[in-house]
Amino acid sequence: MSATEMNKLDALLREATVTESDAYQEARRQMAVCNACRYCEGYCAVFPAMAMRREFETADLTHLANLCHGCKGCYHACQYAPPHAFGINIPATFATIRQESYAQYAWPPAMGRAFEKNGTIVAGVATLFVTLALLLAVALVDPSKLWTAQTGTGAFFRIIPLWLINALAGASFGFAILAMAMGAIRYWRGTGGLGGPLTPAPAAEAAVDVLTLRNLGGGGHGCNDVDDSFAQQRRWLHQAMFYGFMLCFAATTTGAIYHHVFGWKSPHAFFSLPVQLGTWGGVLLCIGTAGLMRVKVITDPVPVARKLMGGEYAMLGLLFLIGSTGLLLLAVRHTGAMGFMLALHFGLVLSFFAVLPYSKMVHGVYRGIALLRNARERRAG
Amino acid sequence: MPDFSRVYDVLVVGGGNAALCAAITAARAGASVILCEASPPPLRGGNSRHTRNLRTMHPGPTQVMTDSYLEEEYWDDLRRVTAGKTDEALARMCIRASQHAPDFLASCGVVFQPSLSGTLSLSRTNAFFLGGGKALLNALYRECARLGIVTLYDTEVQHIKVEEGWATEAVVSHAGFPERIRFKALVASSGGFQANRNWLREYWGDAADNFQIRGTPYAQGTILKDLLAQGVQEVGDPTQFHAVANDARAPMEDGGLAMRLDCVPFAIVVNRNVERFYDEGEDVWPKRYAIWGRLIAQQPGQVALAVTDSQAVMNFLPSVYPPYKADSIAGIAAQAGMDAAKLEKVVADYNAAVVPGTFTPMTPDDCRTEGLTPPKSHWARRIDKPPYYAYPLRPGITFTFLSVKVDDKARVLMADGKPSGNMFASGEIMSGNILGQGYLAGFGMTLGTVFGRLAGEGAAKHVRN
Ligand SMILES: Cc1cc2nc3c(=O)[nH]c(=O)nc-3n(C[C@H](O)[C@H](O)[C@H](O)COP(=O)(O)OP(=O)(O)OC[C@H]3O[C@@H](n4cnc5c(N)ncnc54)[C@H](O)[C@@H]3O)c2cc1C
Ligand code: HEM
Ligand code: SF4
Ligand code: SF4
Repeated sequence: MSATEMNKLDALLREATVTESDAYQEARRQMAVCNACRYCEGYCAVFPAMAMRREFETADLTHLANLCHGCKGCYHACQYAPPHAFGINIPATFATIRQESYAQYAWPPAMGRAFEKNGTIVAGVATLFVTLALLLAVALVDPSKLWTAQTGTGAFFRIIPLWLINALAGASFGFAILAMAMGAIRYWRGTGGLGGPLTPAPAAEAAVDVLTLRNLGGGGHGCNDVDDSFAQQRRWLHQAMFYGFMLCFAATTTGAIYHHVFGWKSPHAFFSLPVQLGTWGGVLLCIGTAGLMRVKVITDPVPVARKLMGGEYAMLGLLFLIGSTGLLLLAVRHTGAMGFMLALHFGLVLSFFAVLPYSKMVHGVYRGIALLRNARERRAG
Repeated sequence: MPDFSRVYDVLVVGGGNAALCAAITAARAGASVILCEASPPPLRGGNSRHTRNLRTMHPGPTQVMTDSYLEEEYWDDLRRVTAGKTDEALARMCIRASQHAPDFLASCGVVFQPSLSGTLSLSRTNAFFLGGGKALLNALYRECARLGIVTLYDTEVQHIKVEEGWATEAVVSHAGFPERIRFKALVASSGGFQANRNWLREYWGDAADNFQIRGTPYAQGTILKDLLAQGVQEVGDPTQFHAVANDARAPMEDGGLAMRLDCVPFAIVVNRNVERFYDEGEDVWPKRYAIWGRLIAQQPGQVALAVTDSQAVMNFLPSVYPPYKADSIAGIAAQAGMDAAKLEKVVADYNAAVVPGTFTPMTPDDCRTEGLTPPKSHWARRIDKPPYYAYPLRPGITFTFLSVKVDDKARVLMADGKPSGNMFASGEIMSGNILGQGYLAGFGMTLGTVFGRLAGEGAAKHVRN
């Protein structure tokens, strides 16, 4: 069988086994209205991408839903929003499809079920890991070290041995990367593949979209973060969270380089690179996540998919706790509370790695792919 | 609970663009303003909710419009579509003032965008609202709130007491309860009467039952009728309205813009008796868009069917509802409930009359018929590439032109030709002053913005004196 025949067979099999959910059918109905209306074409990448299509296959809808940044502009501007009979509500419908696609493309596939009741699962795993870390610390570490101030080189590792940190974090993070990469491949194939060679220009464009979160800008003047007024709050808060997260990641990486390459052992001085990166990263992460939670509480609930809120709150909460325990660890690292804080922080980070491929976090992967495909499509015309 | 005991400076009737522009202008001039909108909040803003752009004169390229569009050309366009049935002085005043309409709206928070796809190529003459009319209304209502304008939803103004050319008080139904509102000046901006089928029946008989009302169901014309019955001068032909070819399967009210079909120039159109009745390719669609509603309204049963094929189907915007689709014309006829033999003959006669030419979808080309009545003058290609597609059509009424007469300060004129002491009007309720017939895309919002500002200014000035 040739490759194309295989693909066709694949598609047929998929069609035969996958029955479409209500959200997909609803999205197809809504797209028919939007495609004849097009008033929202100035808001984001979704509407120009929609206008290139006449028929909306399952894969098209998955792509458009993951391209959508949930800015709610097209809901507040919609002449057909509920209570109009057409009841057009793109942000809520697309959010539901996004969640379903996270489940569909999860790897291993059986783990897709983790996206149901995701809030409970993420919160549960975090609680479990923190408890375990604390119990283990109490059980394994000499109590005289756990509760007293530890100073000097290698202070942290007298609480939790470095090999254990490396093993646990390495294994869980490694698995998360593998699972997310498999998810990315499955998603990419399932939504139609690349359809041509990958050139640098669209990749650069997609990278700019990711780094600037352009589509959360409402075409320049802002999004409907809370109600029908425009603001860039969510964009800047997500940027704070995103770059805060990246700085924390960079802090850990430079810490590891210091340790393994230069043999410089932690704890490092406050003005050292890893501590500076971690401090500012932690501050940004806390500001971003706390701010996003605030927006979630006060925003107009109609264009929001309620089913997803649990998982989003749980992830925001987890990231906030990681950031804040990291900062607290810095504050108390020369006191007797350090051991407790370290175990807490480490438990939270481990739980984050563990839930990573089965949480809100996969949106970064699928959105990135959607932006890349969109950049290619736009160039192809 | 609003304060119904106080005397407001200005009462604005309506909650669409024309009303909001008047209310904001009056409030900015220092007047205390109360605005009554018949609809509940989610459906506020009347027909303005469904709009997309306004037509503005501009001497050079702007951020959102290309090239220039000068007074003479604008006036010429208007004169042509109205066949001269207009008021030149008033029209020219409106055209000149339209230049400043986008800046005014922008000062209220409205955002404009360059036009992109599917907009009947109006990027030179019209400024487009980012997100459309609902987004525009959101901005205007926010500005009203900022200015402290008392905005009442679910509040229908039922009667204005008029004594010797002066409006004295309003009888309203507020959240279902009767109330009175007292004021010093009145601005009537409550739209046309197109959603009032009984009123339409007076002129159109049973045919009115088959008209789809594209916009707000609140356009009942209550205040228009009320004022005309109390000595206000009438202007405009009551049978005239703006109407387009809508999908026959659309909701009877509030289906909005997405229900219109743009397939006509790339199809042939037959009526219920399976006869063609008008040149589908007379001119480019933006110029013919607004006549097809009326043409269909005049056909038996107020229905028509546009038939085309797979060759043409990508030349126009997609429809919301799937078209009829079949591999033969007979198959199309079956789905449309028409006589197959007759439809086959119409298509065959048409195909036989098509002369070869070079097809250019956006500009009038030399693809036409010869020896066919009525002819198809442009974009005529043989309909012979299955699958065939067809769209059922009905008239979609946008708004009626029957109006209260106004002067160039938006003052309402009484039957004796004298301006009322304290009544002003803007928007559809006075559209017939300029639109004797016909329509220019984007002129409705221009009328509302220009006369709304004049009305608000006049009302505030009256109160100050
Ligand atoms: C689908 C569609 C698309 C259109 N697109 C465009 C476009 O792109 N550009 C353009 O220029 N024009 C367009 N038009 C025409 C345009 O909508 C109108 O000309 C313009 O909005 C009129 O504004 P208005 O304020 O006079 O009327 P409306 O916006 O209709 O407002 C009338 C208001 O009065 C209220 N009202 C009515 N009776 C009462 C009462 N008794 N008491 C209290 N309140 C009352 C109504 O609820 C409503 O809020 C379109 C119309 C439709 C239907
Ligand atoms: C490719 C990179 C990324 C893109 C394009 C992106 C985009 C977005 C967008 C548009 C939203 C709002 C809509 C929604 O809730 O789905 C969002 C939400 C969120 N993002 Fe990201 N993101 C990316 C990476 C990240 C990273 C690295 C993190 C972790 C630090 C993160 C954490 C979150 C969280 C927790 C939410 C939920 C916020 C809420 O519910 O208010 N994202 N992201
Ligand atoms: S969301 Fe509403 S206004 Fe926007 S394109 Fe779709 S139907 Fe039109
Ligand atoms: S919610 Fe925002 S990003 Fe999503 S489709 Fe609507 S306008 Fe685009």
